[in-house]
Amino acid sequence: MAATAPALSVAGVRKRFGRTSALNGVDLEVQPGQLVGLLGPNGAGKSTLTKIACGLVRPSDGAVRIAGHPAGSAAARAVTGYLAELFRFPGWASADEVLQLHQRLARSPGDDGERAELLARVGLSEARHRRVEEMSKGMQQRLGIAQALIGSPRLVLLDEPTSALDPAGRRLVRDLLVDLRGRGVAVLLNSHLLGEVEQVCDHVTIIARGTTVASGTPPDLARPGGVEIETEGGTQHFPDATREQVPDLVAQLVGAGERIYDVRVVTGTLEEAYLEAVAEPQP
Amino acid sequence: MIADVNTIAVYALREALRRKVLIVVLILTGAFLALYGWGTAETFDAVTARPDEPLVREQTVVGATLLGLAMFVTLFLGTVLAVFLTLNAVRGDAERGLLQPLVVRPMGRVSLLLGRFFAAATVCGGYVLLVYGIAVLLTGTLGDFTPDDIVGPGIALAAAVVVVVGVALLGSTVLSATANGIAVFMVFGAGLAAGLMGQIGEALNSDALEDIASIAAWVLPFEALYQQALHFLTDSTQNFERVIVTLGPFGGARDGGPLLWPWAVAYLAMVWAAAAWRFGRMDL
Repeated sequence: MAATAPALSVAGVRKRFGRTSALNGVDLEVQPGQLVGLLGPNGAGKSTLTKIACGLVRPSDGAVRIAGHPAGSAAARAVTGYLAELFRFPGWASADEVLQLHQRLARSPGDDGERAELLARVGLSEARHRRVEEMSKGMQQRLGIAQALIGSPRLVLLDEPTSALDPAGRRLVRDLLVDLRGRGVAVLLNSHLLGEVEQVCDHVTIIARGTTVASGTPPDLARPGGVEIETEGGTQHFPDATREQVPDLVAQLVGAGERIYDVRVVTGTLEEAYLEAVAEPQP
Repeated sequence: MIADVNTIAVYALREALRRKVLIVVLILTGAFLALYGWGTAETFDAVTARPDEPLVREQTVVGATLLGLAMFVTLFLGTVLAVFLTLNAVRGDAERGLLQPLVVRPMGRVSLLLGRFFAAATVCGGYVLLVYGIAVLLTGTLGDFTPDDIVGPGIALAAAVVVVVGVALLGSTVLSATANGIAVFMVFGAGLAAGLMGQIGEALNSDALEDIASIAAWVLPFEALYQQALHFLTDSTQNFERVIVTLGPFGGARDGGPLLWPWAVAYLAMVWAAAAWRFGRMDL
């Protein structure tokens, strides 16, 4: 069963912290080799959901399974890599020692070679023996990503993995995510950076107020905005037209004697879709 | 599971070494032992210059009192070490974000807690045995006093510190690092106060005070173990000499009886189970 099961399956998950309800029934699925972006405003419950998936937080209700195993079980943790939003490694340890510790705890068969490869993938080869306390925040974040990939996990949960990275670092992480997808690894990317999510994710789930408010591929979520055609007399806007209707529209205009200079299929952005989805409902 | 516990224990030991906690404690310990050796030599020089009293062997009184003092300081330093090695083991590390990357690994929370416990217990227990052993050696060499039972007091002292490790670990599942450190030292102080109360009760012949002290010592068995260690030390003294020696400055000697050791083990098991239960239910 576990071989064909989704890498991550979340069904009707609820979580209450005292009187505060953090999640009110969230559903989500990540298939092997799929890169899913988890979006939502601050306090929406994204980090809570990620923590439930890796067993740090117990759900009040609902079911979460990792590759068919209950979240939080040893079997589930054995196939999961996790980077927390707020994490720290011991300042006295070197990058290599941190990875070595996690290799042992993850029971990774990888040895020195795995550590060298992971450090190279996150651009830290030169800092292999540098102590964590001597690293910049961005370097520590890269080390965190390398740590999450120890033991070749089948599911990687990344909570704001690029928050401390410079543009080059973000590019590196994007390339890494694409590479993971190519290897069949499932990734749940929790991020505030919509452009980043739009660029790399196959699927996006937006949660707000503890529930799923939108879900789909980035093009599906980014609503069509019609077609704009630039003619001799000015720009003509066809708000309900789709890309498939462009040849007919152009033919009609040319038939009517217009000269066509440019045609644009207008689409909304993921940002617009996001803002619309998370907007507070009007009373 | 054993491999995971071992990995965490080694990690905790390396952390103690790298953070220089051990080095600071060892420097303080070196200073204490140097002063102790000096004081012991001077005191015994003064004692041997005086003629013997008919009912009191002064060398025994002085030797037992000085070694009792050394045992108190050893217990105190061992407690300091225990607290610093465990005060942030759970909540403190969770608040700093150090715990989460470890807990999500397959080993589980029980193994992590066991690893932290064994590391701290090994370091603190070993430390106490070492310092006690050096103090006995100094007292024997410089003062010509050696207790009849050398091993018993050391074992009881080491066990007392291991109980403190357990209490501090339980505290770390409930309190943040600073609050836990303060709480454990207050509990430690409460145990010592109970010991002193027992001595006052004995001097005033007050059963009520002695009962209160006895109950407190069993509720906080590190104190009962410390009293047992002092008892081992003074067991060979008799009559007036015994009265003087048992009225030591930092808590009196008292035989815990045959139930003390099983109770200490059961207490530690209960404290540890409570810590594991609490940690297992924590949202991180």
